[in-house]
Amino acid sequence: MAVLSYIQAVTEALKEEMKRDDKVFILGEDVGPKGGVFRATDGLYEEFGEERVLDTPLAESAIAGVGIGAAMYGMRPVAEMQFADFIMPAVNQIISEAAKTRYRSNNDWNCPITIRAPYGGGVHGALYHSQSIEAMFANVPGLKIVMPSTPYDVKGLLKASIRDEDPVLFLEHKKAYRLVKGEVPDEEYTLPIGKADVKKEGNDVTVISYGLCLHLALQAAEKLEKEGFSVHVLDLRTVYPLDKEAIEEAASKTGKVLLITEDNKEGSVMGEVAAIIAERCLFDLDAPVQRLAGPDVPAMPYAPPLEKEFMIDLDTIESAIRDLAEF
Amino acid sequence: MAKAITMPQLGESVTEGTISKWLVQPGDKVKKYDPIADVTSDKVNAEIPSSYTGTITELIAKEDETIEVGELICYIDVGDTEENYSSDSQHKAPTQEKEVSEQAKHEPSMKNRYSPAVVRLAQEHDIDLKSVQGTGRSGRITRKDVENIIQQNKEIPKKVEDERTESVAPSPPQHVNTQHSHNISVGTNDEKIPVRGVRKATAANMVKSKQEIPHAWTMVEADVTDLVNYRNSIKEDFKKKEGFSITILAFVIKAAAEALKEFPDVNAVWGGDHIIRKNSVHISIAVAADDGLYVPVIRDADEKSIKGIAKAVSELAKKGRNGQLTIEDMQGGTFTVNNTGSFGSVQSVPIINHPQAAIMSLESIIKKPVVMEGDMIAIRSMVYLCLSLDHRMLDGLTVGRFLARIKEKLEDVQHFKGHIY
Repeated sequence: MAVLSYIQAVTEALKEEMKRDDKVFILGEDVGPKGGVFRATDGLYEEFGEERVLDTPLAESAIAGVGIGAAMYGMRPVAEMQFADFIMPAVNQIISEAAKTRYRSNNDWNCPITIRAPYGGGVHGALYHSQSIEAMFANVPGLKIVMPSTPYDVKGLLKASIRDEDPVLFLEHKKAYRLVKGEVPDEEYTLPIGKADVKKEGNDVTVISYGLCLHLALQAAEKLEKEGFSVHVLDLRTVYPLDKEAIEEAASKTGKVLLITEDNKEGSVMGEVAAIIAERCLFDLDAPVQRLAGPDVPAMPYAPPLEKEFMIDLDTIESAIRDLAEF
Repeated sequence: MAKAITMPQLGESVTEGTISKWLVQPGDKVKKYDPIADVTSDKVNAEIPSSYTGTITELIAKEDETIEVGELICYIDVGDTEENYSSDSQHKAPTQEKEVSEQAKHEPSMKNRYSPAVVRLAQEHDIDLKSVQGTGRSGRITRKDVENIIQQNKEIPKKVEDERTESVAPSPPQHVNTQHSHNISVGTNDEKIPVRGVRKATAANMVKSKQEIPHAWTMVEADVTDLVNYRNSIKEDFKKKEGFSITILAFVIKAAAEALKEFPDVNAVWGGDHIIRKNSVHISIAVAADDGLYVPVIRDADEKSIKGIAKAVSELAKKGRNGQLTIEDMQGGTFTVNNTGSFGSVQSVPIINHPQAAIMSLESIIKKPVVMEGDMIAIRSMVYLCLSLDHRMLDGLTVGRFLARIKEKLEDVQHFKGHIY
């Protein structure tokens, strides 16, 4: 088993799928000879050529639109948004076209496109390079939103997304790209979209999270373990549609639930998770469901102290878990 | 200035009360004499009035907790109002007390704040949450606390079988002398019903009476054929006119009240080293209600007409059924008449209503063949009057004469005819 970084897992998955299926191709800004601003497509242009790794103009609506058209004609496009913040011009294509193609055509057409986009803060990206945008798409049936936290999940889920017969929004945390490393099997594998994953078993407090925050939750859990608190950690992995059974099971296990997201608190996907718990787990709950999230301010500030204030950190998570455990 | 409010004396021989419901919360402003809590004491429900005008700062007693008279139930901040100052200036509240109550205000007890999971688990596994020690914040009982108890309880029955001893699951210690039978096991199909309120009071009184009083028992049979006929003849008119029924019980109480006047030894209470002969005749009657048996009192029964007694019986029974009996209604009885015949009993051995000297029960009126004067057999309405006496105060002779006098009165219907109104 090789230890890969989060972004290496992305590249590996892309490479393997392109090798496996001629119909898989990449399009996006600077994805070609440059290999992407984060180097996610590094080496792919050289290996697969300019017809399968297409540099596009600065026009996200066109990247999405071209990809959607190609997908409807039987190709397997992987469209890259350079930053998730830039996805806004493509929203109409994604929501009104990609997500609705199968339904609108009464199953005659489908749209197997994968749209990759790096999201999230903590990298001094300021207003336009730090946003979490999942909540905006997490109300659109027909679309799937995958947000993996580990290299293993990245590879297995990206491959599954490319093979999926319908559009998938694949969001990668940009701070995790080189920060998070993990073991990835050498052999071929995919992981099921729409399934959450228990990252750690415990019975005092349940933490449900995804993306970069999940790692902070695991670190906090490990620290608290030494104090005698046993923390159960569930990784959503897919934030839309949610794995309701897994959420129910994890919440019922301890009755004390902490939901963590980096997104702005109000209207984040965690509100939906809390609603699922409220609907299904009332008689197992032992404490009010708690949310840890970014503040409800318009954007991530550039100034480091303010950026730090915005981001969820280890101490905040640790004290929130302890607070619930002692409740 | 913080003042302590204690459990007040709610009536004679009342030593404790159970707070059934708090009517105020910390932070509520109350006036002097405003009700602050509902309390169940020996046989009645009453309200505790506030002793001061002020703001409630902390509730010490929990709902359903039994508190001895004089024990602290809550704190009230009375400020510096003159009304309170003048009346209670002799004992000043120490400043420390105020600090304590203010500290407690920041951290209100969570002992009785249950989460859905805790309530569900407690119900499913029949766990009394009052007996659970919470390990959560401010004493809150957590889901884990309950789960641990469930786990423990699973292990206990096994142990019991091994050791061949009988034991119940851990229950809260109850300092009542009515509980001598701790070692009865609760089976899986059994229902465990906590003894509190009226049932607890009844249990305590019965044990006290039966243990302390040397009971003796006697019985006479009265021929009430004429009385039954007379009552039947006036029954409907009376009901129409007065709005309540005239019952045989009213005649019997009237006869007993008159007889008590003639035999003052029976109308007495036990005073430890002396006997207190009562001048007034206050007759206790048993009234069944959903939550237990109440024994309200018909005052000065000897001075009342039969109508007056019938009315009192009807009103007390109604109050008992509606749970409206007050401490006043229950106090001061000198002799008890129990209408056991109302539920079909033909003989009973009643337990004396402590500290009275005797109790009489009126049994069912039954038609029987009876040998009359001149050796004729006739069908007559017969009734037994059973009486238990405190043999410390009374002897068979006195009681025999007392009962014979009642029988005589009941058999002579002419005796009543002028006394209905």
